[in-house]
Amino acid sequence: MRADLQELKALCKEVRRDIVKMTAAAGSGHPGGSLSSVELLVGLYFAKMRHDPQRPDWADRDRFILSKGHVAPVLYSVLARAGYFPVEELLTLRKLGSRLQGHPSMLSLPGIDNSSGSLGQGLSQANGLALAARLNKQDYRVYCLLGDGELQEGQVWEAVMTAAHYKLSSVCAIVDYNNLQIDGPVEEVIGLHPLADKWQAFNWHVISIDGHDLEQVLAAYDEAENVKDKPSVIIAKTIKGKGVSFMENVAGWHGRAPNQEELAKALAELAN
Amino acid sequence: MIKKPTRDGYGEALLILGESNPDVVVLDADLAMSTRTNWFRDKYPERFFDIGIAEQDMLGTAAGLAMGGKIPFATTYGVFIAGRAWDQIRTTICYANLNVKIGGMHGGISVGADGATHQALEEIALMRVIPNMKMIVPCDAIEGRKATLAAAEIPGPVYLRFAREATPIFTKEEDEWQFGKANLLRAGTDVTIIGCGPILYEALLAADQMAQEGISCRVLNMHTIKPIDTEAIVAAAEETGAIVTVEEHQVNAGLGGAVAEVLVKNKPVPVEMVGIMDTFGESGNPDELAIKYGLTHRDIMTAVRRVLNRK
Ligand SMILES: Cc1ncc(C[n+]2csc(CCOP(=O)(O)OP(=O)(O)O)c2C)c(N)n1
Ligand SMILES: [Mg+2]
Repeated sequence: MRADLQELKALCKEVRRDIVKMTAAAGSGHPGGSLSSVELLVGLYFAKMRHDPQRPDWADRDRFILSKGHVAPVLYSVLARAGYFPVEELLTLRKLGSRLQGHPSMLSLPGIDNSSGSLGQGLSQANGLALAARLNKQDYRVYCLLGDGELQEGQVWEAVMTAAHYKLSSVCAIVDYNNLQIDGPVEEVIGLHPLADKWQAFNWHVISIDGHDLEQVLAAYDEAENVKDKPSVIIAKTIKGKGVSFMENVAGWHGRAPNQEELAKALAELAN
Repeated sequence: MIKKPTRDGYGEALLILGESNPDVVVLDADLAMSTRTNWFRDKYPERFFDIGIAEQDMLGTAAGLAMGGKIPFATTYGVFIAGRAWDQIRTTICYANLNVKIGGMHGGISVGADGATHQALEEIALMRVIPNMKMIVPCDAIEGRKATLAAAEIPGPVYLRFAREATPIFTKEEDEWQFGKANLLRAGTDVTIIGCGPILYEALLAADQMAQEGISCRVLNMHTIKPIDTEAIVAAAEETGAIVTVEEHQVNAGLGGAVAEVLVKNKPVPVEMVGIMDTFGESGNPDELAIKYGLTHRDIMTAVRRVLNRK
């Protein structure tokens, strides 16, 4: 059953507040790319994926492979809000002894489907999971979130070819197309344009959406599920730092935490 | 003397596993003939995945298969797997302790004519340094088969290093073989030669010739590089007082380095190392290369004499 759109929108705000609070408490971390992925993850965990927070090891659950591991804060917040672990634990992010490692570790926290942090590696893992499902006659789907800068990694395109070759229609890649990476706009560093054409030429079903429009996000997930002869990619146009005015579209907020003053300002903007 | 490449043992074992364990799957990166995974491919095509010339993707795909409950054997040449895909092995596979088995072929300078680019001489160093990784270097095709079968049962990542050339078979089917436990190939009291891989045959030749000079060499087959058999190394140091390590690999951080680490912490005794001395290889036939790079029984005998002088 699908949560109501208004509730999902409210949840997105809650998750955004978590992200700024967590990174502020940690004194480091990656708010920019976390904030741009919020609708994409909330849509998955609260309206799309087959999963059960009480049974994180459920063999038939849909999988979420986070390829851009630096946005751990958004994943941790969504998992906590879904009930995988206590929300209070979010503030232990990046602290000694915490299960919330700076980049996700599948051995340390329930609900994490892969360990990541080295970019470019997630889509291969998603393919492997899809091949295993095929051999095991399981019907779970595999979602994989990638950054746009991350697409500069060669391994991504190796995996793009592999998924198309093996017709892994249970794989749904999601590109957080915020056009920013650390050194600046992606188009200025090593451009991706025309991105949709690239995936199309590699035999993927391409869905281009506004990644902050929940209705479009949910419709895209449904469309992807109905494609049965090839993998799908959702190219989600987003704004890095979305929801916090002074973070929006600023490369510098990729990997720096807000101080107390900035946190207060951000929370005021994110109030209900 | 029957000769066979150790990689044949890998191919034979995969066939056995194909039959005995439905969860075993095999991946290759466009070298299936040379790695012997074609034997498995032809018999179990639905459980074989050619990922193409994309080693990093192959390791990631293997990781995903392991997450999905499979036991993947990812296979290609050592340089391309241990080297090119090292970060994938480290972060995706070992950090998550995934049940991925890695078959690294063409280890050693005896690869021959292809030259330095294809002669993997660094995998022991690259693999043993990663937490959760386990590593085996079989000395002949029989041990290659036993090690591969064992790897399927060992939880977590395992790297198996194989060689290209046909090399002497000097272990027996009935020999006991245990992961992590060095095998005594020759008893001896004056010095211990600790080796891994097919070069151990040269160590046996050296031991035989030294015996004629009245020097008694113990020879240990250290097939498991990690976890290394500390007990056997320390006992060798205590009982023979001198060690020679032998490997077709860089001695720095290789088996030589690994044995030295155990000795300095437990029982420091003189050590000499036979192996590749911080240099790349080159084209040539395997025998010529063994002579040029100091990997023959004569080089081992020289090292034995040297270490005895330091005792
Ligand atoms: C292999 C690798 N190289 C470099 C980095 C350092 N790094 C972390 S995030 C990042 C930029 C990522 O940009 P993008 O993929 O666009 O992510 P987003 O904008 O969604 O945050 C870089 C270079 C890394 N984590 N892994
Ligand atoms: Mg980006």
